[in-house]
Amino acid sequence: MSEQFDASRPIYAQLVERLKAKILAGTYPPGGHLDSVRDLAAAAGVNPNTMQRALAQLEAEGLVRTERTNGRFVTEDTELIEQLRAEAARNMAAEFLEKMRSIGYTPQQTTELLERWNETEGEQHE
Amino acid sequence: MSKVLTCEHLSKTYGKEKTALDNIDLSLDFGRIVGLLGPNGSGKTTLIKLANGLLQPSAGVLKIAGMTPGPETKEIVSYLPDADWLPDWMRVEELVNMFRDFYGTPSEAKAYIGFDAAKANEMLARLNIDPKARLKTLSKGNKEKVQLVLAMSRAAKLYLLDEPIGGVDPAARDYILNTIISNYSKDATVVISTHLIEDIEPVLDEAVFLKDGKIFAHRAVDDIRETEGMSVDAYFREVFKC
Repeated sequence: MSEQFDASRPIYAQLVERLKAKILAGTYPPGGHLDSVRDLAAAAGVNPNTMQRALAQLEAEGLVRTERTNGRFVTEDTELIEQLRAEAARNMAAEFLEKMRSIGYTPQQTTELLERWNETEGEQHE
Repeated sequence: MSKVLTCEHLSKTYGKEKTALDNIDLSLDFGRIVGLLGPNGSGKTTLIKLANGLLQPSAGVLKIAGMTPGPETKEIVSYLPDADWLPDWMRVEELVNMFRDFYGTPSEAKAYIGFDAAKANEMLARLNIDPKARLKTLSKGNKEKVQLVLAMSRAAKLYLLDEPIGGVDPAARDYILNTIISNYSKDATVVISTHLIEDIEPVLDEAVFLKDGKIFAHRAVDDIRETEGMSVDAYFREVFKC
Protein backbone atom coordinates (compact mmCIF):
# COMPACT_ATOMS: atom_id res chain seq x y z
CA MET A 1 0.00 0.00 0.00
CA SER A 2 2.14 2.71 1.39
CA GLU A 3 4.58 5.03 -0.29
CA GLN A 4 8.14 5.26 0.94
CA PHE A 5 9.25 8.46 2.62
CA ASP A 6 12.60 10.06 3.17
CA ALA A 7 13.22 9.45 6.87
CA SER A 8 14.80 12.78 7.69
CA ARG A 9 12.11 15.15 6.45
CA PRO A 10 8.52 15.80 7.53
CA ILE A 11 6.04 13.55 5.77
CA TYR A 12 3.63 16.38 5.00
CA ALA A 13 6.35 18.26 3.09
CA GLN A 14 7.00 15.17 0.99
CA LEU A 15 3.29 14.77 0.33
CA VAL A 16 3.14 18.41 -0.84
CA GLU A 17 5.96 17.73 -3.31
CA ARG A 18 4.35 14.57 -4.66
CA LEU A 19 0.90 16.06 -5.01
CA LYS A 20 2.38 19.13 -6.66
CA ALA A 21 4.31 16.98 -9.13
CA LYS A 22 1.10 15.21 -10.07
CA ILE A 23 -0.63 18.52 -10.69
CA LEU A 24 2.28 19.90 -12.73
CA ALA A 25 2.48 16.70 -14.77
CA GLY A 26 -1.25 16.77 -15.43
CA THR A 27 -1.89 13.45 -13.68
CA TYR A 28 -4.35 15.55 -11.70
CA PRO A 29 -5.63 17.77 -14.55
CA PRO A 30 -6.61 21.45 -14.11
CA GLY A 31 -10.11 21.69 -12.65
CA GLY A 32 -10.06 17.98 -11.81
CA HIS A 33 -11.71 16.64 -8.68
CA LEU A 34 -9.45 15.26 -5.97
CA ASP A 35 -10.29 12.21 -3.90
CA SER A 36 -11.31 12.73 -0.29
CA VAL A 37 -8.63 13.29 2.33
CA ARG A 38 -9.31 9.87 3.76
CA ASP A 39 -8.92 8.11 0.39
CA LEU A 40 -5.79 10.05 -0.48
CA ALA A 41 -4.39 9.25 2.97
CA ALA A 42 -5.21 5.56 2.66
CA ALA A 43 -3.68 5.39 -0.83
CA ALA A 44 -0.44 6.95 0.43
CA GLY A 45 -0.50 5.02 3.70
CA VAL A 46 -0.32 8.18 5.79
CA ASN A 47 -2.22 9.79 8.62
CA PRO A 48 -5.33 11.69 7.42
CA ASN A 49 -4.35 14.78 9.42
CA THR A 50 -0.97 14.81 7.68
CA MET A 51 -2.66 14.60 4.28
CA GLN A 52 -5.02 17.36 5.36
CA ARG A 53 -2.05 19.54 6.23
CA ALA A 54 -0.42 18.89 2.84
CA LEU A 55 -3.63 19.80 1.01
CA ALA A 56 -4.00 22.94 3.11
CA GLN A 57 -0.55 24.01 2.00
CA LEU A 58 -1.40 23.41 -1.68
CA GLU A 59 -4.52 25.43 -1.09
CA ALA A 60 -2.48 28.28 0.38
CA GLU A 61 -0.29 28.17 -2.72
CA GLY A 62 -3.37 28.40 -4.91
CA LEU A 63 -2.96 25.02 -6.59
CA VAL A 64 -6.01 23.50 -4.98
CA ARG A 65 -9.33 24.98 -3.94
CA THR A 66 -12.07 23.67 -1.71
CA GLU A 67 -15.74 23.87 -2.52
CA ARG A 68 -17.69 23.63 0.67
CA THR A 69 -19.87 20.71 -0.28
CA ASN A 70 -18.17 19.22 -3.32
CA GLY A 71 -14.68 18.57 -2.04
CA ARG A 72 -11.36 19.66 -3.46
CA PHE A 73 -10.42 20.58 -7.01
CA VAL A 74 -7.20 21.29 -8.83
CA THR A 75 -6.97 24.94 -9.85
CA GLU A 76 -8.11 25.88 -13.36
CA ASP A 77 -5.40 28.53 -13.46
CA THR A 78 -3.24 26.89 -16.14
CA GLU A 79 -1.01 29.95 -16.18
CA LEU A 80 -0.09 29.36 -12.53
CA ILE A 81 0.54 25.66 -13.21
CA GLU A 82 2.73 26.53 -16.19
CA GLN A 83 4.64 29.08 -14.16
CA LEU A 84 5.28 26.60 -11.33
CA ARG A 85 6.26 23.95 -13.85
CA ALA A 86 8.85 26.26 -15.40
CA GLU A 87 10.12 27.09 -11.93
CA ALA A 88 10.42 23.41 -11.00
CA ALA A 89 12.23 22.70 -14.28
CA ARG A 90 14.67 25.53 -13.60
CA ASN A 91 15.36 24.23 -10.10
CA MET A 92 16.00 20.73 -11.37
CA ALA A 93 18.26 22.02 -14.12
CA ALA A 94 20.23 24.08 -11.59
CA GLU A 95 20.61 21.03 -9.38
CA PHE A 96 21.76 18.97 -12.33
CA LEU A 97 24.27 21.58 -13.46
CA GLU A 98 25.62 21.83 -9.92
CA LYS A 99 26.16 18.07 -9.85
CA MET A 100 27.90 18.17 -13.21
CA ARG A 101 30.13 20.95 -11.97
CA SER A 102 31.04 18.87 -8.91
CA ILE A 103 32.59 16.26 -11.21
CA GLY A 104 34.43 18.93 -13.18
CA TYR A 105 32.13 19.34 -16.20
CA THR A 106 31.93 22.89 -17.52
CA PRO A 107 28.50 24.17 -18.61
CA GLN A 108 29.88 23.92 -22.15
CA GLN A 109 30.71 20.22 -21.77
CA THR A 110 27.35 19.56 -20.15
CA THR A 111 25.54 21.25 -23.02
CA GLU A 112 27.48 19.18 -25.53
CA LEU A 113 26.59 16.04 -23.63
CA LEU A 114 22.91 16.94 -23.71
CA GLU A 115 23.03 17.74 -27.42
CA ARG A 116 24.62 14.38 -28.16
CA TRP A 117 22.19 12.67 -25.78
CA ASN A 118 19.40 11.93 -28.26
CA GLU A 119 21.74 10.42 -30.84
CA THR A 120 23.84 8.24 -28.54
CA GLU A 121 22.15 7.42 -25.21
CA GLY A 122 18.70 7.66 -26.72
CA GLU A 123 19.48 4.84 -29.12
CA GLN A 124 21.01 2.66 -26.41
CA HIS A 125 17.83 2.89 -24.40
CA GLU A 126 15.57 2.01 -27.28
CA MET B 1 -15.04 16.54 27.37
CA SER B 2 -12.52 18.16 25.08
CA LYS B 3 -9.86 15.52 25.71
CA VAL B 4 -10.31 11.82 25.12
CA LEU B 5 -7.69 10.88 27.70
CA THR B 6 -6.07 12.84 30.49
CA CYS B 7 -3.60 11.82 33.16
CA GLU B 8 -2.66 14.09 36.06
CA HIS B 9 0.20 13.18 38.36
CA LEU B 10 -0.54 9.57 37.56
CA SER B 11 1.61 6.98 39.27
CA LYS B 12 1.47 3.23 39.51
CA THR B 13 3.69 1.17 41.72
CA TYR B 14 3.73 -2.59 42.03
CA GLY B 15 4.55 -3.38 45.65
CA LYS B 16 7.27 -1.27 47.20
CA GLU B 17 9.99 -2.03 44.72
CA LYS B 18 8.68 -1.34 41.25
CA THR B 19 7.47 2.02 40.00
CA ALA B 20 5.86 1.40 36.62
CA LEU B 21 4.55 4.93 36.07
CA ASP B 22 6.03 7.90 37.85
CA ASN B 23 3.92 11.04 38.13
CA ILE B 24 2.91 11.41 34.49
CA ASP B 25 0.84 14.17 32.94
CA LEU B 26 -0.62 13.45 29.54
CA SER B 27 -3.57 14.62 27.52
CA LEU B 28 -4.76 13.30 24.18
CA ASP B 29 -7.18 15.02 21.82
CA PHE B 30 -9.99 13.41 19.88
CA GLY B 31 -9.28 12.55 16.25
CA ARG B 32 -5.63 11.60 16.64
CA ILE B 33 -3.58 8.52 15.88
CA VAL B 34 -1.02 8.26 18.64
CA GLY B 35 2.03 6.02 18.97
CA LEU B 36 2.80 4.94 22.52
CA LEU B 37 6.48 4.18 22.24
CA GLY B 38 9.07 3.00 24.69
CA PRO B 39 11.40 0.12 25.40
CA ASN B 40 10.30 -3.01 27.23
CA GLY B 41 9.28 -2.27 30.80
CA SER B 42 8.82 1.47 30.25
CA GLY B 43 5.18 1.44 31.39
CA LYS B 44 3.20 1.25 28.13
CA THR B 45 1.00 -1.68 29.09
CA THR B 46 0.53 -0.35 32.63
CA LEU B 47 -0.79 2.92 31.21
CA ILE B 48 -3.18 1.12 28.87
CA LYS B 49 -4.42 -1.12 31.68
CA LEU B 50 -5.04 1.91 33.90
CA ALA B 51 -7.06 3.48 31.08
CA ASN B 52 -9.19 0.34 30.96
CA GLY B 53 -9.76 0.21 34.68
CA LEU B 54 -7.90 -3.10 34.92
CA LEU B 55 -5.46 -1.47 37.33
CA GLN B 56 -6.05 1.26 39.86
CA PRO B 57 -3.69 4.24 40.09
CA SER B 58 -1.39 4.36 43.11
CA ALA B 59 -1.64 8.14 42.93
CA GLY B 60 -3.07 10.75 40.61
CA VAL B 61 -5.99 10.68 38.22
CA LEU B 62 -6.75 9.21 34.81
CA LYS B 63 -9.91 10.16 32.93
CA ILE B 64 -11.47 9.00 29.70
CA ALA B 65 -13.57 11.75 28.10
CA GLY B 66 -13.76 13.30 31.56
CA MET B 67 -14.89 10.10 33.26
CA THR B 68 -13.13 7.76 35.67
CA PRO B 69 -12.68 4.33 34.02
CA GLY B 70 -15.83 2.26 34.62
CA PRO B 71 -18.84 0.87 32.74
CA GLU B 72 -19.48 4.18 30.91
CA THR B 73 -15.93 4.39 29.63
CA LYS B 74 -15.75 0.73 28.65
CA GLU B 75 -18.63 1.39 26.29
CA ILE B 76 -16.58 3.94 24.38
CA VAL B 77 -13.15 2.30 24.68
CA SER B 78 -12.10 -0.57 22.44
CA TYR B 79 -9.19 -2.41 23.98
CA LEU B 80 -6.85 -4.85 22.33
CA PRO B 81 -4.84 -6.57 25.09
CA ASP B 82 -1.31 -7.74 24.47
CA ALA B 83 -2.21 -11.32 25.37
CA ASP B 84 -4.61 -13.98 24.07
CA TRP B 85 -7.84 -13.49 25.90
CA LEU B 86 -10.63 -14.94 23.75
CA PRO B 87 -12.00 -18.44 24.46
CA ASP B 88 -10.00 -20.47 21.96
CA TRP B 89 -12.53 -23.27 21.52
CA MET B 90 -14.88 -20.85 19.78
CA ARG B 91 -15.14 -20.52 16.01
CA VAL B 92 -14.28 -17.17 14.43
CA GLU B 93 -17.88 -16.59 13.33
CA GLU B 94 -19.12 -17.39 16.82
CA LEU B 95 -16.79 -14.77 18.22
CA VAL B 96 -18.14 -12.20 15.75
CA ASN B 97 -21.69 -13.04 16.80
CA MET B 98 -20.76 -12.90 20.48
CA PHE B 99 -19.29 -9.43 20.04
CA ARG B 100 -22.37 -8.28 18.13
CA ASP B 101 -24.70 -9.63 20.81
CA PHE B 102 -22.62 -8.19 23.62
CA TYR B 103 -22.01 -4.69 22.27
CA GLY B 104 -25.03 -4.35 19.99
CA THR B 105 -25.04 -2.89 16.48
CA PRO B 106 -24.15 0.83 16.33
CA SER B 107 -27.23 3.01 15.91
CA GLU B 108 -27.40 6.33 14.13
CA ALA B 109 -28.04 8.14 17.40
CA LYS B 110 -25.09 6.50 19.12
CA ALA B 111 -22.70 5.72 16.28
CA TYR B 112 -19.79 5.54 18.71
CA ILE B 113 -21.10 2.53 20.64
CA GLY B 114 -21.49 -1.03 19.43
CA PHE B 115 -19.93 -3.60 17.16
CA ASP B 116 -20.09 -3.64 13.36
CA ALA B 117 -20.30 -7.33 12.44
CA ALA B 118 -20.39 -6.60 8.70
CA LYS B 119 -17.12 -4.71 8.93
CA ALA B 120 -15.55 -7.54 10.94
CA ASN B 121 -16.60 -10.14 8.40
CA GLU B 122 -15.29 -8.07 5.52
CA MET B 123 -11.91 -7.64 7.21
CA LEU B 124 -11.68 -11.33 8.08
CA ALA B 125 -12.41 -12.21 4.45
CA ARG B 126 -9.72 -9.82 3.22
CA LEU B 127 -7.24 -11.41 5.63
CA ASN B 128 -8.22 -14.89 4.40
CA ILE B 129 -9.40 -16.12 7.77
CA ASP B 130 -11.89 -18.94 7.66
CA PRO B 131 -14.95 -17.96 9.73
CA LYS B 132 -15.58 -21.64 10.52
CA ALA B 133 -12.13 -22.18 12.01
CA ARG B 134 -11.80 -22.60 15.74
CA LEU B 135 -9.51 -20.02 17.26
CA LYS B 136 -7.14 -22.63 18.70
CA THR B 137 -6.47 -24.08 15.23
CA LEU B 138 -5.19 -20.74 13.94
CA SER B 139 -1.54 -19.73 13.87
CA LYS B 140 -0.27 -17.12 16.32
CA GLY B 141 -0.36 -14.39 13.69
CA ASN B 142 -3.86 -15.27 12.52
CA LYS B 143 -5.10 -15.35 16.12
CA GLU B 144 -3.74 -11.84 16.53
CA LYS B 145 -5.48 -10.76 13.36
CA VAL B 146 -8.82 -12.05 14.67
CA GLN B 147 -8.39 -10.17 17.95
CA LEU B 148 -7.43 -7.01 16.11
CA VAL B 149 -10.34 -7.27 13.68
CA LEU B 150 -12.73 -7.62 16.61
CA ALA B 151 -11.21 -4.60 18.37
CA MET B 152 -11.21 -2.45 15.21
CA SER B 153 -14.82 -3.35 14.39
CA ARG B 154 -15.99 -1.85 17.64
CA ALA B 155 -17.50 1.60 17.34
CA ALA B 156 -15.66 3.64 19.96
CA LYS B 157 -14.13 6.97 20.85
CA LEU B 158 -10.85 5.55 22.01
CA TYR B 159 -9.02 2.53 20.63
CA LEU B 160 -6.23 1.24 22.84
CA LEU B 161 -4.19 -1.23 20.85
CA ASP B 162 -1.43 -2.89 22.84
CA GLU B 163 1.16 -4.30 20.41
CA PRO B 164 -1.34 -4.89 17.60
CA ILE B 165 1.00 -5.78 14.76
CA GLY B 166 3.89 -7.56 16.45
CA GLY B 167 3.19 -11.08 15.23
CA VAL B 168 1.50 -10.21 11.96
CA ASP B 169 3.12 -10.60 8.53
CA PRO B 170 4.07 -7.43 6.59
CA ALA B 171 1.27 -7.69 4.02
CA ALA B 172 -1.39 -8.05 6.70
CA ARG B 173 0.32 -5.26 8.64
CA ASP B 174 -0.14 -2.92 5.66
CA TYR B 175 -3.78 -3.91 5.41
CA ILE B 176 -4.35 -3.35 9.12
CA LEU B 177 -2.68 0.07 9.08
CA ASN B 178 -4.74 0.93 6.04
CA THR B 179 -7.87 -0.08 7.96
CA ILE B 180 -6.86 2.21 10.79
CA ILE B 181 -6.50 5.08 8.29
CA SER B 182 -9.79 4.36 6.53
CA ASN B 183 -11.62 4.07 9.85
CA TYR B 184 -10.24 7.41 10.94
CA SER B 185 -12.78 9.74 12.44
CA LYS B 186 -12.49 13.19 14.00
CA ASP B 187 -14.36 11.86 17.01
CA ALA B 188 -12.12 8.93 17.81
CA THR B 189 -8.52 8.52 18.84
CA VAL B 190 -6.37 5.46 18.23
CA VAL B 191 -3.47 4.71 20.56
CA ILE B 192 -1.02 2.14 19.25
CA SER B 193 1.66 0.78 21.54
CA THR B 194 4.47 -0.85 19.60
CA HIS B 195 8.17 -1.32 18.99
CA LEU B 196 7.67 -1.46 15.22
CA ILE B 197 7.93 2.28 14.85
CA GLU B 198 9.14 2.34 11.28
CA ASP B 199 6.01 0.52 10.09
CA ILE B 200 3.52 2.75 11.81
CA GLU B 201 5.35 6.06 11.63
CA PRO B 202 3.59 7.48 8.53
CA VAL B 203 0.24 6.66 10.12
CA LEU B 204 0.85 8.57 13.35
CA ASP B 205 -0.05 12.14 14.25
CA GLU B 206 1.95 12.17 17.41
CA ALA B 207 4.28 10.06 19.46
CA VAL B 208 4.39 9.62 23.22
CA PHE B 209 7.77 8.36 24.39
CA LEU B 210 7.80 6.56 27.73
CA LYS B 211 11.10 6.13 29.48
CA ASP B 212 11.44 4.51 32.91
CA GLY B 213 7.82 5.27 33.76
CA LYS B 214 8.03 8.92 32.76
CA ILE B 215 6.94 10.79 29.66
CA PHE B 216 10.17 11.57 27.90
CA ALA B 217 8.52 13.35 24.97
CA HIS B 218 5.08 13.93 23.52
CA ARG B 219 5.43 15.47 20.08
CA ALA B 220 3.97 15.58 16.62
CA VAL B 221 5.72 13.12 14.32
CA ASP B 222 6.46 15.73 11.66
CA ASP B 223 7.79 18.02 14.37
CA ILE B 224 10.32 15.37 15.41
CA ARG B 225 11.34 14.90 11.78
CA GLU B 226 11.62 18.63 11.23
CA THR B 227 13.59 19.58 14.35
CA GLU B 228 15.65 16.42 14.81
CA GLY B 229 16.22 15.82 11.11
CA MET B 230 15.55 12.13 11.54
CA SER B 231 12.67 9.69 11.56
CA VAL B 232 10.86 8.86 14.79
CA ASP B 233 12.37 5.39 14.50
CA ALA B 234 15.90 6.80 14.34
CA TYR B 235 15.08 9.23 17.15
CA PHE B 236 13.85 6.34 19.30
CA ARG B 237 17.07 4.42 18.68
CA GLU B 238 19.08 7.44 19.75
CA VAL B 239 17.05 8.21 22.87
CA PHE B 240 16.97 4.62 24.03
CA LYS B 241 20.44 3.61 22.93
CA CYS B 242 21.60 0.65 25.01
